[in-house]
Amino acid sequence: MASIVPEGIPDLLDSLFRAESRRILASLIRLLGDFDLAEDGMHDAFAAALEAWPRDGVPEHPRAWLVSTGRFKAIDRLRRSARFNTSLETLAELPDEGPPGPVEEDVDDDRLRLIFTCCHPALSPEACTALTLREVCGLTTEAIARAFLTAPSTLAQRIVRAKAKIRDAGIPYEIPSRAELPDRLDAVLKVIYLVFNEGYSASSGEALTRPDLSAEAIRLGRLLLELLPDPEVTGLLALMLLQESRRAARASSGGDLVLLEDQDRSRWDRALMAEGRALVEQALASRRVGAYTLQAAIAAVHAEAAEASATDWDRIVGLYTLLARVAPSPVVDLNRAVAVAMRDGPQDGLELTDALLVRRDMAEYHLAHAVRADLCRRLGRTEEALTSYRRALGLVQQGPERRFLERRVAELQK
Amino acid sequence: MKYICFGYLDVQQWSTLSPSEQNARFDACFAYDEGLKKDGHWVGGEGLQGPDTAVMVRYQNGKVSVTDGPYAETKELLGGLLILEARDLNHAIHLISNHPGLKMGPWEIRPAADLDQMIRESEQRRAASR
Repeated sequence: MASIVPEGIPDLLDSLFRAESRRILASLIRLLGDFDLAEDGMHDAFAAALEAWPRDGVPEHPRAWLVSTGRFKAIDRLRRSARFNTSLETLAELPDEGPPGPVEEDVDDDRLRLIFTCCHPALSPEACTALTLREVCGLTTEAIARAFLTAPSTLAQRIVRAKAKIRDAGIPYEIPSRAELPDRLDAVLKVIYLVFNEGYSASSGEALTRPDLSAEAIRLGRLLLELLPDPEVTGLLALMLLQESRRAARASSGGDLVLLEDQDRSRWDRALMAEGRALVEQALASRRVGAYTLQAAIAAVHAEAAEASATDWDRIVGLYTLLARVAPSPVVDLNRAVAVAMRDGPQDGLELTDALLVRRDMAEYHLAHAVRADLCRRLGRTEEALTSYRRALGLVQQGPERRFLERRVAELQK
Repeated sequence: MKYICFGYLDVQQWSTLSPSEQNARFDACFAYDEGLKKDGHWVGGEGLQGPDTAVMVRYQNGKVSVTDGPYAETKELLGGLLILEARDLNHAIHLISNHPGLKMGPWEIRPAADLDQMIRESEQRRAASR
């Protein structure tokens, strides 16, 4: 590395920034205990490198150099700024002077710490998601706002408040102890899952998917698994990979929704599927099977069927029954009803769906009406099907799903 | 860091307990508090008498008014408060998670505000105006 010519250094720093900036930032946040100070320090460090490296040569451990320089620059900033007075105590704990030497580095751990800090249960779920995307994934505030259809100013405010709470309430930069892990890990997994879902099936808007968000979620899942090999982490990553493997087949060239049974299975990504299935098996073998692993197992059963008619619906019903026990929710019950309809016929599915539709939360859920409509359609009960499609259309918020329902209505009216 | 913890009492649940069960809860709480004191986490704390013993003092329309109250229609009443010395929020959560009082209702944990700077500035303002 030391042999790089000075002219090559801006490019080198560019690629270092792309590859390492999140890890460097995570280390600086741990060392400085302040998000914004760490961010400033990191940018100062890259600027300093641009100046120093062409003159002195590239250091042997560039990342360590950047971390310790960033820390030094941040302390410098503290000294100069008005925060000096209020930060005396913090400053007293920091070493005084000296050139950047090697810092004790544990960067992967630092990133995990940062994920757990961003996903602390004391923060609102919205704040956790926004903060994780911003600080761990490095997405810009504008990009996050776009993805969640929020005004950038609202989102920026949310992030600022979350950072302030972390500082003022004393939320530590640490991976919680074994005993506290389940709670905290749940929050982390949920944030990753939320990010993935928003990317896999945008809750509103014209596009069916937002691949950038799904890719970030998968990247986080891989990182988490590398650092914390827990069955549910394995299960979540498997679930995301299996869902992601169908991306290309899920929409027509015109951006319309293609149902699982109509998808061209040759367009499913074999590599992602194989990886996902292997992870599911690994998670199931742990014998501590949670909600993510069960959902992944269901996705794996679909992946195993060469064509839709070869799907093992009996197995899927069984997995949904288990899932309803582990993580009860009316949405799970609805999915189970669909699987029962595929196994035993639409009449059985319809009875289960009607039992669900008496719940107030389900009566407002467009997919519940869409399911009922489809089952009535298959039973030849056209009028009832049309009524339910129209109820679903009154509730749907996403373009491709609306167009799909409209097509079904048009077909039935022929 | 100091954390002020507000312990709420779930009145409905409490009223279903027999006197001996209630005593057992109290004993567990006091025993835990003794542990907090021994380990240096106890800064202070008090149990509160019932809201029917309270007065509300307000400044309204230019004068001070005193009424009874507050309006304790809620299911959960503030039963007491505890001031903890803890390393950070996770530590405070950990200490409260093990407090037997948590079985009697939820707890709210709030970090104490550091008013030193404000007090210093106020002292300067008051000295200057003297």
